[in-house]
Amino acid sequence: MAERFTKSMARNIYLGGSTFFVLLFLVLTFDTQSRAMPERDNRDQLTEQVVRGKHVWENNNCVGCHSLMGEGAYFAPELANVFDRRGGADSEVFKAYMNAWMNAMPTNVPGRRQMPQFNLTDQEIDDLSSFLEWTSKIDDNGWPPNIEG
Amino acid sequence: MKYESQRVAMPYFIFALVLFAGQIVFGLILGLQYVVGDFLFPEIPFNVARMVHTNLLIVWLLFGFMGATYYLVPEEAQTELYSPLLAWILFWVFAVAGTLTILGYLFVDYATLADVTMNRLLPTMGREFLEQPTITKIGILVVVLGFLFNVMMTALKGRKTVVNIVLVTGLIGLGVLWLFSFYNPSNLTTDKYYWWFVVHLWVEGVWELIMGAILAYVLIKITGVDREVIEKWLYVIIAMALITGIIGTGHHFFWIGPPEYWLWLGSVFSALEPLPFFMMVLFAFTMINRRKRNQPNKAAALWAMGTAVMAFLGAGVWGFLHTLAPVNYYTHGSQITAAHGHMAFYGAYVMIVLTIISYAMPIMRGRPYGNSNTAQVVEMWGFWLMTISMVFITLFLTGAGILQIWLQRIPESGEALSFMATQDNIALFYWMRLIAGCFFMAGLVVYFGSFLIKGQASPAEEARGPALQDA
Repeated sequence: MAERFTKSMARNIYLGGSTFFVLLFLVLTFDTQSRAMPERDNRDQLTEQVVRGKHVWENNNCVGCHSLMGEGAYFAPELANVFDRRGGADSEVFKAYMNAWMNAMPTNVPGRRQMPQFNLTDQEIDDLSSFLEWTSKIDDNGWPPNIEG
Repeated sequence: MKYESQRVAMPYFIFALVLFAGQIVFGLILGLQYVVGDFLFPEIPFNVARMVHTNLLIVWLLFGFMGATYYLVPEEAQTELYSPLLAWILFWVFAVAGTLTILGYLFVDYATLADVTMNRLLPTMGREFLEQPTITKIGILVVVLGFLFNVMMTALKGRKTVVNIVLVTGLIGLGVLWLFSFYNPSNLTTDKYYWWFVVHLWVEGVWELIMGAILAYVLIKITGVDREVIEKWLYVIIAMALITGIIGTGHHFFWIGPPEYWLWLGSVFSALEPLPFFMMVLFAFTMINRRKRNQPNKAAALWAMGTAVMAFLGAGVWGFLHTLAPVNYYTHGSQITAAHGHMAFYGAYVMIVLTIISYAMPIMRGRPYGNSNTAQVVEMWGFWLMTISMVFITLFLTGAGILQIWLQRIPESGEALSFMATQDNIALFYWMRLIAGCFFMAGLVVYFGSFLIKGQASPAEEARGPALQDA
């Protein structure tokens, strides 16, 4: 770097640039969270049951194998759209499917990836189903590209 | 080593390397589970092994950063560490808490672990990388606060160099952003949004400050280039890192709920995120080319160049490959993400910690000019084996990812293969990834072997005159 470009100029770019972009990020965060998200995350349907379902999701570390909205592990299928894929976008069908699925695990097919038996109660499975149903309705700019997730 | 208290870095480095070995063992288990699905089931299900693999990485990198800090801050500040005793106490607290947490993952069912650690009082568990029980998260916070106190008391009483200022700024950022790990709102989109404040703003934000500062310190030491020049580079690099990386967080907001303007902001700014890493490559190579001394620790110089190049490839190039929103629409949450994650973490953060270890360990072991030539050759074999293996791991995962997208994501609903059918189709790539992983393990064993070789380099190997006293 040329001598005309001094260390204090570099420092000022660092201090000025990072301060500006931290502030911009905070403004954008405020806009995203206070203006945009209420219209996009269907929070009016965020019931007690959905919240309980989120805790079932977390307490069993589901994200350790599955992805949810594309985030998590990539060992097992995406679940943000499983309500549409396996439940046909119908709450009752999906709950029945989930109940059958969760109780059938693990398959114990030799050599196949295995999902553990989590011993969830029927209530917990319903809560988890509600959480996944609510998640499937978040406006996520049209991701994933198709039903397979 | 100019100050006796720098030696407290030693246990941190050793423990970091032990955890590194554990991380790789679990990486191999995961790699095998990808192709032999029921391997170790139900004793160690995939989610447990993955949690151990990623958490060990995070914890050992933190040990590495802390060791690096305890080593370089006193020397930069030209004063003894404020409290070596506190550093030792925090070492044991962190080591015991970390070990107990990992054993908890392995031997206690996760739901039970959540229950007995009273996760319900402040639910923070069950989120990727933040799986630690809340009590462990509090423990990490306490250790980081005590560490920051010790380091800042040291830095403030001594000479205030740019390296110290940047390093401490990065560490404060690390501590502050960790607070977001305690925020787990019941709205998933809000949860995910602030989750990235820890994950992205660590690895694509403040950790780059830490990396830059450690790299700058090692380059000052091994090249003897004027500190003014190195500090100017450091400022430019971290300026680029924060200017691109903060709004670059937006590349994680594409598909988790936030509004469409993030598609533009995230794409544009994260497309610029390779810049600071490219500058680190120029920085490392330029400084080493302009070296004023030929210090005999060639291995440390190799690591310093290696970390810059691999961080640029892994974080920069592999990040750019899938960061533009129209591309990321197809690649998001695929094996492409895994490919990028592996090379970026290895290149930027594993290798910077191994760089400072390569420089500082011989000095702490009473070998001021570095290890013997034989030990360095073995260490460099370890470097190349691990690095080339990681390149192949990344390439195989990229191949798997491209095929996965082709089979599962691109076709219309109804024609696309299901997730599991796709996985069956790309198993060959997972086998090759596993083989590359075994070579990585071999490289790690060779690397560890280099520590067992006795002898040291001699000052006579300084080809361009004696070491300059650092101004």
